[in-house]
Formats: sequence, structure tokens, C-alpha cells
Amino acid sequence: MDTDFFILMKQELLVTFIIFLLLFIKIGRGLKNETLLPLIQLLLLLNFIAGFFFNKEGSLFGTTYTTTALMAFQKNILSLGTYLISLLCAGWLRKSAHLPEFFMLMLSALLGMFFMISSGNLLMFFLSLELSTIPIAALANFDLDKKRSSEAAMKMILSSAFSSGILLFGISLVYGATGTISFAELPAVLNGTHLQVMAFIFLFAAFAFKLSIVPFHLYTADVYEGSPIAVTSFLSVVSKGAIAFVFIAALYKVFQPMHAIWYNMIVLLSVVTMITGNLFALRQQNIKRFLAFSSIAQVGFILVGISSNSIQGQSAVVFFILVYVFSNLAAFAVAELISSQTGKESINDYKGLYKTNPFLSWILALALFSLAGIPPTAGFFGKLFLITAGASKAAYWFIIVAALNMMVSLYYYLKVVRAMFMDKNENPVEKIKIDTTVKLALIICGAGIVLLGLLSWVYDYISKLV
Amino acid sequence: MNLLLLILIPLATALAVLLCRNRQQVRWVSFAGAAVQLGLGLALLFLFRKETLAGNTAQMLFQQTYNWFPSWGISFHLGVDGIAVAMILLTAFVVIAGVLVSWKVEKMTKEFYFLLILLSLGAYGFFISLDLFILFFFLEIAVIPKYLLIGIWGSGKKEYAANKLALMLMGGSALVLVGMLGVYFSIQDRTFDLLRLSEMKIPAVTQMICFPLLFVGFGVFTALFPFHTWVPDGHSSAPTAGSMFLAGISMKLGGFGCLRVATLLMPDAAKEYAPYIIVLASIAILYGAFATMMQKDLKYINAYSSISHCGFVLLGIGMLTKVAITGAVMQMVSHGLMTALFFAVIGMIYERTHTRQVNEMGGLMKAMPFITTVLFIVGLCSLGLPGLSGFVAEMTVFMGSWQNPGMFYRIATIVACMSIVVTAVYILRAVGQTAMGPIKDEFKNLTDATWNEKLAAGILLAGILAIGLAPFWLNDLIAPGAEVITNKLTGK
Repeated sequence: MDTDFFILMKQELLVTFIIFLLLFIKIGRGLKNETLLPLIQLLLLLNFIAGFFFNKEGSLFGTTYTTTALMAFQKNILSLGTYLISLLCAGWLRKSAHLPEFFMLMLSALLGMFFMISSGNLLMFFLSLELSTIPIAALANFDLDKKRSSEAAMKMILSSAFSSGILLFGISLVYGATGTISFAELPAVLNGTHLQVMAFIFLFAAFAFKLSIVPFHLYTADVYEGSPIAVTSFLSVVSKGAIAFVFIAALYKVFQPMHAIWYNMIVLLSVVTMITGNLFALRQQNIKRFLAFSSIAQVGFILVGISSNSIQGQSAVVFFILVYVFSNLAAFAVAELISSQTGKESINDYKGLYKTNPFLSWILALALFSLAGIPPTAGFFGKLFLITAGASKAAYWFIIVAALNMMVSLYYYLKVVRAMFMDKNENPVEKIKIDTTVKLALIICGAGIVLLGLLSWVYDYISKLV
Repeated sequence: MNLLLLILIPLATALAVLLCRNRQQVRWVSFAGAAVQLGLGLALLFLFRKETLAGNTAQMLFQQTYNWFPSWGISFHLGVDGIAVAMILLTAFVVIAGVLVSWKVEKMTKEFYFLLILLSLGAYGFFISLDLFILFFFLEIAVIPKYLLIGIWGSGKKEYAANKLALMLMGGSALVLVGMLGVYFSIQDRTFDLLRLSEMKIPAVTQMICFPLLFVGFGVFTALFPFHTWVPDGHSSAPTAGSMFLAGISMKLGGFGCLRVATLLMPDAAKEYAPYIIVLASIAILYGAFATMMQKDLKYINAYSSISHCGFVLLGIGMLTKVAITGAVMQMVSHGLMTALFFAVIGMIYERTHTRQVNEMGGLMKAMPFITTVLFIVGLCSLGLPGLSGFVAEMTVFMGSWQNPGMFYRIATIVACMSIVVTAVYILRAVGQTAMGPIKDEFKNLTDATWNEKLAAGILLAGILAIGLAPFWLNDLIAPGAEVITNKLTGK
């Protein structure tokens, strides 16, 4: 073993180091939340910054662990998301009695995602997927005195156990049909026999579960609604981003020989997912459920990009997820602030919010416009690139459906904007107190939403990595 | 001239507005910004004329290109031809008038002006962009400001109108997006650059699919029948400046897009689909005129008559002759100025009488002579009185239409001509009932226009008269641009 081990795995090692540090703090004398939280935030920031230095490509343990510049960047996006969550949810976290445990679990999940992105065979992939899922189920239960939170955790653990079963079955079929589980060797032996197609469908279904693609989305809204918002935003942004990165890598690299088969599946599921997500989002009154369904519809758009089977499609997806981190986290953060200080979560309660909380209203409006894909926000560029990539196959009806779905989604995003800016309310939400950290994080998100698209070098950087 | 200024000045103004401390500062900063824009517009006109008189016959002048998302073949490519210069000038006129008539907005003044200026930024960017992607970017930038302007500062069924407008315009841009991507993927090199695309031959199949998508998509913005239904609701619910911007600038984005994108890039399909465009435009012209007859609300009258007037724009484009296309662009400019002034005057009247119902007014001439005189002039312009801009534009469209031989074109032209009679009926009736007759007691003490209102009306009137009395300069400006398009059509 030489220094390669430390350099190639530095992101994973750093996260592991933070987890152990927290563990020692917990079993040692312990620290007050007032000092611990800034420490954790600082560590996460360092973790994010360190991800940009000393990057090297290579593999370890045979090909079980591989890393590339793109993978390092994807991990950085996830680190960024985690860091932002630690800032945005500071108000809720500070009151928590189990702060070290919360971050130990969250960082374990993050570690699992890192390994998942870097995994070089199906076994490693399965192990890291489990590592990234089970801690989240525990996190979902973190509102210990709330019944809904336990219910969410239960649903999460049951549905992920189910999808793990399907995944394992798929893996065993892959091994049976081809005799290998290594991602490097699989493309050469895949030739589209019926058994291989069946194995692929099982794998695909497991991915669909994690990404909450319709018809595997049914657990999403309940879990999102029941979990604490810090966990919901981690689930919907970081966790989903990680799975999407791996999904696209698996389809483009490993299952490339079968692309005629998965192209049709992706197109069909994309249309169904967009339409279902949008139609359900139209009717939601609870802001968390609303964001849950809108995030299902967003996954439908990610599939549009994936369907292109091109380098441009991949860079569009990575860019979209980077943008999505900022916009979705900002939206969830505003919902969290209002919910934790007033207990109000219904869209009707947001009526007249602009009168009392102009700053929060503008941030939420920006985030929603970005999710809807309205310029000049970065979401516009993200969505447009996804659709442009998807259009390369010249399937007009598919692109028309996607474009019209953008219109439908605008309707419900505007519903929230209308409530905040236009509707009158006798007793609107009172003035919300915002910490400096939270305010800073909201401003970072707002700046990210506005600037990521206009500064075209961000996208150029990503497209050079892919 | 550096065209980037046309984007940077509004941007700087908008940011400066955000930093202002009180209402007074907001107003003056916006006014200063709008004045600089007007100065830029006029400077652009003179520099452009200087270049063309010096013999510069390039298709687009003052071109600039910056790198922007090169991996997709997008570039920040700017440039103007005569048509764009005319539209930029129109925008500058309407913006300064809009800023002036909103002087009394008390509710969230800062946000109001910020959105207003953002809207103008979108329009300038749209008119100067020579890249499909940034054209689309600027087209969509303007949707949200419109939505918020109507929804927050509007009146009547404002939420409904705002929603309807935002969704219909988004639907239109969705069609534009699909058509745009179809064009992008139909040729070998991946580029969004309009000039490069226009030099290439887009396959006939793509043209037949993408032309209707693009034309209808842009058509939604310019009230193409049957996608005009957002116009009456949107215009009548919007605040005064909002209506002025909507009808004066925003509807012109559609007509400009139909010409610059759909017709220029896909001439074969344009010839194929021209009869359908003409039929739809004729329906819009007549239907709009007759629908206006039934309206009692001044704002609705102007909104429906806008559908009729914008029909002339589409008719001119559908006729595909140089004169008709020149006329269509003239009509865009003329209608923009005229309708903005009309809405401004309606706003002034409403602010004083608190009603827009024609039958509740009467004799206002005695109380506010300046405002009613302007109302008369703008009404006469709308019905096409010689000496004012409406006559020049409509006449040019008719002359261009008549150049097309064939029964079909003649009938369409005659049908469109007939609408002028209807226009005369509703305009004279509305203006007469408002201004003449005995004055009601409660209206006797009303005051006439203030300085800002007079200035706004004066600026727009100057534009109307400049076109009406000396149409040749506008014609010289637009005709070369129209010729480029007709040359493409005849395959030269």
C-alpha cells in the first residue's frame, strides 16, 4: 500500500474521519450544541473545499474502487449539498438533543454515496447503496415525539428493503447470465438474451425505486412529509443526486450494449413520471408534499436528459443536479424556517407572506422559478439543456410532452408565488427570525440560482470533465 | 455602437432601483434610466442611418459575439438590422412613457419599477439577439414580470388574468422551444446562430413540422386567432404601465419572432402555410373589430381592437411581399405607440373618474381638455386617419397585399379593409361618449393632466406624428430588412 490509497480515497477518508471525530466527542465529554454545530459546519466546509485539491484518477483493490475527475466532482456536489443543509437547518439542529448522532448518520449515508459513485462492481455497489439508505431511515425517525416521523421511517425502511431485495435478485441473475459482476467486464458479455434483459429490468426497478420514478414513487410523499425537513432535503437532493449519477454511469458505461432496450423504457417512464408528478403536485396543499411531488416531476426531466445517451446528456444531468441542489435546498429551507417557528405547513398559510417576510418570499420565489425553469435562473439552463439533449433523437412528441409539462409545472409553482405576493390574508405568518448563518446560506443559494446559469464556465467545466 | 449597452443600461437601472431608499429616488432613477435608453435608441437610429447611407449593406450591423456555452453551439451573438432598430426605438418610447405615467404608484413602488425595467430588458435583448438560444432566453425573461405586474398591481379579475397570461405565453414558448430544437438538430453543424442557420438549407420535412410550431408559438404572443384569449383579460387587468408594455412591446415580440425566426429560416414552409396565416389573420382582424363593438369598458375596447390591429401584422407577414412585410413592421411600430398612448390616456381618465365604463362618462372635454384631445388624436390614429401613423402602416399592408395576384389574396385584403369601417364606428362612439355631451356634476372639478402625464403623452404623440407625417424614414429603415426575407423566399 502506498500513498495512492490516501490520495484516491481522500474524500471517503475525510468523511470517515469526521464521523469518528463526532463519535469521540459524543462518548467523551461531549460539547454543547452552540460550539459543536459551528465545528461541524466548519468541518463540512473543509471537506467540500478539500474535494477540489489533489485529485487523481485511478482504481484500488483490483477494480472494486475507481475514481475519476468527474466522480470527484459529483462527490463534491454531494458534499456541498450536505454543507448547505447543515447551514440552512441550523435553527432546528441547534435545538436537537442528539446533534452528533444526526451528523454521524447523515455522514455515514454520504460515505455510502461516495463509495457507490466509485464502485467498480455490483457487489460494492450493493453494499454502498445499503450504507447510504439505512442511516437515512434512522434519520427519518429523528422527530422522536412525532408519530408521523416514525411512520415515515417505517415506510422508508420497508420500501428500501423491498427494493434491495429486487436489486439483489437482479444482481444474482446478472451473475448467472454473464458470469461476472465487474462493471469493466460486463459490457463485453452483454448481448441482450432474455435472461439478461430480465436481470436488467430488476436492476432498473431498484434504481427506479431510489429515484422515485413512477410507478415506484408511492412511498415518496409520505416519507417527505413525515421526516424532519433537514432529512427531507437531504433525501430529495443529495440522495437522489447520488443515485442519478450512478444510474447514468451504469446505463452509459455498463449497459451501453443494451441501449436500444433501455431507451424505450426511459422514454416511457419519463413521460409517465413527469405527468404523474405534475398532476399530483397540482392538488397538494402541504408544502412538503407539494415539493415531494414536484421533485418526482423533476426526476422525469432528468430522464429526458438521460434518454439522449450522449456525453452532452450526461453533462446536462450533472449540471441540472448541481442547480437542483441550490434551488431545492432553498425552497426546503424556507419551508423549514416557517414550519419550525410557526408550525404552519399549508400553502394557504403562505398567503400574504411578502408583507411580513419579503426576504424569504423572494428566496422562495427564486427557488420556485428555478425549479420551474424560468430565466434568468439557472433552472432554465438546466432544464433547457436536458430537453435539448433529449431532442437529439428527434422524437418530436416526446419533446412536446416535456415542454408542455414545463407549462403545467409553472402553474403550480405560480400558485405558491401567488399566495405569497398577491393573496390577502388577515393574519399572515409573523416576522420570522433568521440567524446569520441561515441568512448567509440562503443568500448563497440565491446567488447560486441566479449565477450558475449566467456564468457559462460552470457548465463548460462540467462538460470538460465528462 | 456597442449593443451590449442596451442590456446593461436597463440592468444597471434595475439594480440601482433596488438600492433606492424612498419612492422619490426610485422614480427619478427609473426615469433617468429610461431617458438614457431613449437616448441610446435615438443614437442607434442615427448611427444606423449613417452606416447605411455610407453604403454598408451588411445584413446585420454592429455585430458582436461572445462565447456562451460553446459546447452546445450557443454564442452571445448580437446585431441589428433596420427592423430591429425600429423595434428598439419603439421599446424606448414606450418605456419612458410607461415610467412617467406610473409616477403615482404608491403600492410597493420599488418592486413595481424593478419589474417594469426587467420587462424592458427582456424586450431589448430579444430584439438584438442573433442567436436562437439567447432569443428564447430573453423571450421567457419577460413572462414572470408580466405575471407579477398584473397579479399584484392589477385590478378586476387580476389573479385569473395573470395566470392565464403566464400559462398561455409559456405554452407559446414551449412550442417555440420545440420548433427551435427541431431546426437545431436538422442540420449537420450544431449551431443556434441565426445568420449561419439562415445560410443553410433546412430540410423540407423539418420545415413543414417546425414552421407551424414556431409560427404558432410566436403567434400566441401577438394574439394569433384562436390563441388571442389572454389579450383582453391580460390587458384590462394590468396596471396602466403594464398594459402599455404588454400591448406596446410584448405583443411585438411575437410578430418580430414570426418574421426573424420562422419566415427567415424556413421560407419554403412559409410559402406553403401562407394561406392559413392569411385566413387566421383575416378572422382576427374582423372578429377583433366586431368584438370591440360590444365592449363598454375603455380598456376592453382597446384590448380587443389590439387583436384586430395585430391581425394586420400577421396579414402583412402572410402576404410575403416586400411591401406587405414592411407594412407589417410599420404596423407593429405604429400600433405599439398608439396603443401605449391609448392605455396611458385610459389610465389617466380612470385615475380621475374611477370608472372605465363609457356610458358612465360624458363631457370630459370640459374638465380635462388636454387628456381628451389626446384621446381624440389616438382614436383617429386607430381608425386610420391620414397624417397619423395608423394610416401609413395599414395602407402599406394593403398595398403590399394587393401586389399578390389571385382571388384569394384580393378577398382577404377586402375583408381586412372592411374592418376599418367597423373600427371607425366603435372608436368614434367610444371617444364621443367619453368626451362630448353634458358633463356630470361629479366630474366637473376634475383636474387636467399633470406634467409627467403631459410629457408621456407628448413623447408618444411625437412618435405617432413622426411616422404619420414623414413615413419615408421608417420605410427606408425597414425595407432592406424586409427585402432580405423576400429574397430568401424567391430563392435569390
